Amino acid sequence: MIAWTIYLTFAGAIVLLLLPGVFARWIALLTTLAGLVLGIVAFVRTPVADLAHFTMIVSLPWVPPLGMNYHLAIDGVSLTMVLVTGISAVSTVLFSWDVDRRQREFFFWLLLVVGGCYGVFLSADLFLLFAFYELVIVPKYFLIAIFGSTNKEYGAMKLTLYSFFGGMFVFAGILVAYATAGSLDLNQLAQFHFAPELQSWAFPVLFLGFAVLAGVWPLHTWAPTGHVAAPTAGSMLLAGIVMKLGAYAGLRVAMNLFPEGFQMWSKWIAVLAVIGIVYAAAAALRQHDLKFVVGYSSVSHMGFVLLGLATANVLGVSGAVLQMFSHGVVAALLFAVAGRMLYRRTHTRELDALSGMNLSRALPFAAFTFVIASAASMGIPGFSGFAAEITILIAAWKTYPIAVWITGAGMVLVAAFTLRALVKSFFGEVRVQTGRVSTDADWTEQSITLAEKCGACLLMFATLAVGLYPKILLDRIMPAVETMRFLK
Amino acid sequence: MSFLASTVSYLELLRLASAEAVVVISSLVVLAIGLVNRRGTAVAEVSSAKPPTRAAGTAAATGWCSLVAALGIVIAIGAVLMLPRSASLFGGMVVITPLTSLFKVICLGLAFFTVCLVRSEKSLRNPGEYLAIILLATIGLMLLVGSEELLMIFIGLELLGLSLYVLAAFDRTDVRSAEAGLKYFLFGSTSSAFTLFGISLIYGMSGATGLAAISSKLAAAPVQPLLATGIIMTLIGFAFKIAAAPFHLWAPDAYQGAPIPSAAFIASGSKVASFVVLGKIVLVGFAPVHGNAGWHAMAAGWSPILAALAAFSILIGNLAALAQTNVRRLLAYSAVAHGGYTLLGLVAGSRDGFSATLFYVAVYAVTLVGAFGVVAVVRSETGGDDLRNFSGLAGRAPLLAGCMAVFMLSLAGIPPLAGFFGKFYLFSATLRAGGNYGLLWLVALALFGSFVSLYYYLIVLKAIFVDEPSLTISSSPHRSSDLLQQITVAVLAAAILLLGLMPDILAARILAAVS
Repeated sequence: MIAWTIYLTFAGAIVLLLLPGVFARWIALLTTLAGLVLGIVAFVRTPVADLAHFTMIVSLPWVPPLGMNYHLAIDGVSLTMVLVTGISAVSTVLFSWDVDRRQREFFFWLLLVVGGCYGVFLSADLFLLFAFYELVIVPKYFLIAIFGSTNKEYGAMKLTLYSFFGGMFVFAGILVAYATAGSLDLNQLAQFHFAPELQSWAFPVLFLGFAVLAGVWPLHTWAPTGHVAAPTAGSMLLAGIVMKLGAYAGLRVAMNLFPEGFQMWSKWIAVLAVIGIVYAAAAALRQHDLKFVVGYSSVSHMGFVLLGLATANVLGVSGAVLQMFSHGVVAALLFAVAGRMLYRRTHTRELDALSGMNLSRALPFAAFTFVIASAASMGIPGFSGFAAEITILIAAWKTYPIAVWITGAGMVLVAAFTLRALVKSFFGEVRVQTGRVSTDADWTEQSITLAEKCGACLLMFATLAVGLYPKILLDRIMPAVETMRFLK
Repeated sequence: MSFLASTVSYLELLRLASAEAVVVISSLVVLAIGLVNRRGTAVAEVSSAKPPTRAAGTAAATGWCSLVAALGIVIAIGAVLMLPRSASLFGGMVVITPLTSLFKVICLGLAFFTVCLVRSEKSLRNPGEYLAIILLATIGLMLLVGSEELLMIFIGLELLGLSLYVLAAFDRTDVRSAEAGLKYFLFGSTSSAFTLFGISLIYGMSGATGLAAISSKLAAAPVQPLLATGIIMTLIGFAFKIAAAPFHLWAPDAYQGAPIPSAAFIASGSKVASFVVLGKIVLVGFAPVHGNAGWHAMAAGWSPILAALAAFSILIGNLAALAQTNVRRLLAYSAVAHGGYTLLGLVAGSRDGFSATLFYVAVYAVTLVGAFGVVAVVRSETGGDDLRNFSGLAGRAPLLAGCMAVFMLSLAGIPPLAGFFGKFYLFSATLRAGGNYGLLWLVALALFGSFVSLYYYLIVLKAIFVDEPSLTISSSPHRSSDLLQQITVAVLAAAILLLGLMPDILAARILAAVS
């Protein structure tokens, strides 16, 4: 039944192309809501025991002579990712409620991205997974290049080429695995024993290819520019789900197929992850554009995911999956505030300009949301970020104690830039009323719309729920991680 | 040549060549209609001297001629489907196997869509002649595909080549068309000379012209320098035909200058048939001198030559395409690159590799016919085919813009389009063929090439979807023919999407036919 998330999303994308533009947003909302509901139903009704293994849900022959099957499967990890996709997708549509031109195209591309993400998270066939993975790339380009803002064509092209650059390595890695094992089924490949010398070079090729999409340092530079150029919905999708594709596929494919290669290279992944956490946090501290701050924070948070994966133990990898969920929600929330709630009303994202506007009075709801998002982003206990990051750090302590020390310093930087952004944007001292704001006639009337409130509440609920009771996810993630091959 | 002595059953020959016969007859009929109509309009011109009559007369003639041509092609497809599963006449001169039948159908299909494009090409003065020559070229394709004998292959190549030279130079009002025709002719005839020279050397050394006989001769004796020269000359001739670098220099001008249906046919039908024949020659005829293109195990033979051609084509084609501002030139350079990818499967030399090559080139041909269809509409509406002519196309013709997106993304290898599966199949077959990942260098180069190619395909799509219209558009007066064109393009785009979602419908057939 969960497979219908894919079909419904693509069907919705096609239907809204055929109907007049006024229906587009409603169809998009219905489609994404249906996806979220399906995810929640599957989450509630699937017995936890069934989620320990990558259980087949659909299997149809696709290209039999080449061993390609339309094969979908689910376990705790992919169910978690499906859930966060649903949450981000619904809130993304809500935050794009007032797209004013070319609506059909906008929601078409948006639903393609969402559908492709569902596909990646549910695929159990390497070719199918790669097809969904590459399918996501081009819609992102159009979303950003047509509907974006600052320097949009450059940002869109950079992001697309980086993704495709990573895709090239992934393609090579998949071809090597296929040519060697003669199968494309992930469960079968996970049983196959690749020669260690093959794994030693095939693993980094495959993993780094995926990690480009996850924003690994030093190949992360597409992320800040892409996030800034993208429309709000684009940034929310990119940071919320698309970056997770890389991390998820790295876990599901690269680490599972080449466990010995992973053992050889895991400490280097940890090094890259730690550099990414600290470097991106330091860079975020120096930004003047609020969206750049959030963009770098995404890179920093994804560093935690990579660190969790590099620990190579159950706790760390489960923490990484939890962090993927958490960051998916929190990043979407941060971008929603920065891109939609603030920028659309003040027409600036410059922190210095914002600090003079006394926004906490003018937009109390936005201020409230941003405080919650910042708290979750900094890792304050009670929010999902805390649960995830503490899990990762505890797990990393066993393997890489030095990394934990450095990361701890990085977390101070994270807190620093988050607080700086928070204070400057909402709680700055009121100096002079800037001309731009006072001349904007609609300024006072543009209160936060109902759609925005719904979207923000959904995201805040998700981060709080998981933060207060992370067991609800971890109970499903950890058994699934335990059965993965690289731990044995 | 002992077969001449045996009695030839002409009835049998006619039965096996019924498809070709149908195309010949329809070609003659089209020619006759064109002539009659031309005389009619000439008379009308003398009596009334009204220009509109002439225009209307030409339009009507185009309509009738293309109708007859399309009908002939459809009947020919039916005739191909009625052929026996396998037959062979005159020691391999006329061969029928599932593979030849499949590719005859594909070539006829490509010709059909090219004829659909002709309908809206308004600059043609004698549509009857033009369509008749397209049909003649189609016969050339069918002969090429359906033969396993070097002389017959050469005749097919020449029939195809001569028809295409005329098609390229057909627009007498456009100096670029003349340039395209002349360049194509000079390069093409040089390549024919190479091929013929190579064939004669091979015949001299092996005493046979049938591919199977050559193969058994080559296997028996060690390769002598003269024979090696013959093989290399033959390959060079084909490298001209498929526009593999460094023998690609005619392609950009031919693609850009020739009338659009001609360019589409050169890019599609000619390429498909050339690859089928090249594959048969190297894999059947030259099988014993395969050599090895693997990184650690390089050995002399035709496969390292083809590997070098492929590598050059991928690099030069993709890098040159980056700098283009004219969409047709861009397509031409990308054609060079795609020729390089397609060669990979032949370098592999396996059954899988050959069928991957055939799948890829068939999909590629369909894509290019569609892309040229879009270019034709844009050209007739804006008077040019530079990138800036495409700006804002999404606003004025969403359907065409969507189809162009399908074609460009399929060429770039983006799922769920046929090009993606084609690349995966091709590269995986190549990698599997070389022992110990010997061909990984070539696959890696091809992957790099397809990474580079996404940039220039996106530039085209950026012009279509993102840029504001930069030119004033003359409102098109020919809505009816535009409708046909749009249907053609949409059908081709749907085919690309379908082949991407269900590649099995073509891949399984090709694989079964190759074995």
